[in-house]
Amino acid sequence: MIQVRLATHQGEVEFQAASGITALFGAADAGKTFILDAIAGFLTPPGGRIILDDEILFDGASGVNLPPRRRHCGYVARHWALFPHMSVHHNLLFPLAELPRLERHRRVKEMLERFSLHEAATRLPHAVSPAERLRATVARALIGEPKLLLVDEPAGGLDLALRAEWYKILRLVRDETSLPVLMTTRDPDTCFELASNMLLLDGGRILQSGPPRKVLDQPANVEAARLLGIRNLFPAEIVALDPGRNTSRLRLENFELTGPYFPGRLRGDRVWLCVEPGQLHATPRDGTKPSMNLVAARLERASDMPRAVRLEFEGGIVAEIARREFEPHRDNADNKEWLVEFPPHALRVLGCPSKPSTNT
Amino acid sequence: MLLDWSPLWLSLRYAGMATLLAMLGALPLAWLLNHRRFPGCELLDAVANLPLLAPPAVLVYYLVAGLGRWPLHFSWPAAVGVSAIYTLPLLLRMMRAALAAVDHSVENAARGLGAGEWRTFRLIALPLAWRALGGAVLAGFARAFVDFGATAVVAGSGGLAWFLPIAAVGLASLYIGNRLRRGQVLA
Repeated sequence: MIQVRLATHQGEVEFQAASGITALFGAADAGKTFILDAIAGFLTPPGGRIILDDEILFDGASGVNLPPRRRHCGYVARHWALFPHMSVHHNLLFPLAELPRLERHRRVKEMLERFSLHEAATRLPHAVSPAERLRATVARALIGEPKLLLVDEPAGGLDLALRAEWYKILRLVRDETSLPVLMTTRDPDTCFELASNMLLLDGGRILQSGPPRKVLDQPANVEAARLLGIRNLFPAEIVALDPGRNTSRLRLENFELTGPYFPGRLRGDRVWLCVEPGQLHATPRDGTKPSMNLVAARLERASDMPRAVRLEFEGGIVAEIARREFEPHRDNADNKEWLVEFPPHALRVLGCPSKPSTNT
Repeated sequence: MLLDWSPLWLSLRYAGMATLLAMLGALPLAWLLNHRRFPGCELLDAVANLPLLAPPAVLVYYLVAGLGRWPLHFSWPAAVGVSAIYTLPLLLRMMRAALAAVDHSVENAARGLGAGEWRTFRLIALPLAWRALGGAVLAGFARAFVDFGATAVVAGSGGLAWFLPIAAVGLASLYIGNRLRRGQVLA
């Protein structure tokens, strides 16, 4: 169990993580690597306290600051950081210098087997395949039997095959050890794929935390939603609430929508409306008049995605529809009026920490 | 005509010793200044680099003045010492650049894997930076070898006068003087 309370240059971060993978999710300057480096002891934070399994690694108040070698943290760096002048075998031997010779060789042999590295053992890191390099990096981080594994930006810049290999390696670590793993990422898919818990970081503070599914389905506020890449965020005002009929009425800039009842909200509340692009329905306008939750909007751009077509309308509305639905209208889609339907069940409202001013 | 090789051997020997001495000071200092922040580290850096700016004669003058109680003997250890002090800033700057070029994530990986600073330096930084460090040593040696000013001031009399740069300048003066005396125009 790792308990972290860190003062950063922008704010304060406090969390704890037990066994399993905890993802630190955020944009490039969110402070993810700062947190990992502070835990590993590579930098000294302005203040706070870090406790790993009842051992204080850092305490700003009392001046405790253990050097990295005494923190027992495995660290997988962004660019793997295998020692380029040592063979894979010697890379694995490096953390075991203080162990008896027989024990060193037993552990190396075990790791070479566990991570299928026998063929690569005698080669230098640049002479092995990227997949073997990945496995060697994790094997080296684990061979010293750390109490915590820190992984910096694992899937960044990996091709799809390598990313699949990477997921496989981390699943192996997750399933075969009871090690807490802290992993930074900018990819929501990686959080879904691997993490049991995620922390949403922005500007050196935690916006939201919880299981990835919950965080992605229910962003705590508009900042969290933006960070998660959720499109279709509109400032709105709740003009009617009817708990009996389970309905509500929302006024947006140019139109009104009917939604479900939003518990805990009051009439007159200023909120952010959030709708997943995939839950909107869009069809070219064929004389039908806009009606309830049917909004007329001019199509500005249609872009092909692997499994769907993304339609961007005026007013910042984004919809994603199946390709077969779009194909009949592809030739004369531009600058045509379409009708976009906002299904009531798809509408969510988010907290409004600051005055809503811009569409996303 | 028989060539006298002794000035060359003398200079090689003294330049080698001065470079070794400068390297022993510059390498740990470069590591320290690159990896540690401590009160006075900027001052230490500035002081170590001072001989780079001072003319050699001025440097020796201040050394002699500074060591007033322990007079600087005009002997070979003094020549080596002065040459080492004169060479150190160049070595220090080049070694700092060489060590800074080593990927920090690799050094940090070593620290995270249980290595202390000495082990990180010996097994990671040194092997990864040896080419650039070798270049620094070579440049330092060249500087010590061709140095004229400091050596001339400290070792400019007695048997030590036959350092190659001093001998070369002496020979050049002799040659130019002779030509001038004969009324030949210097081309």
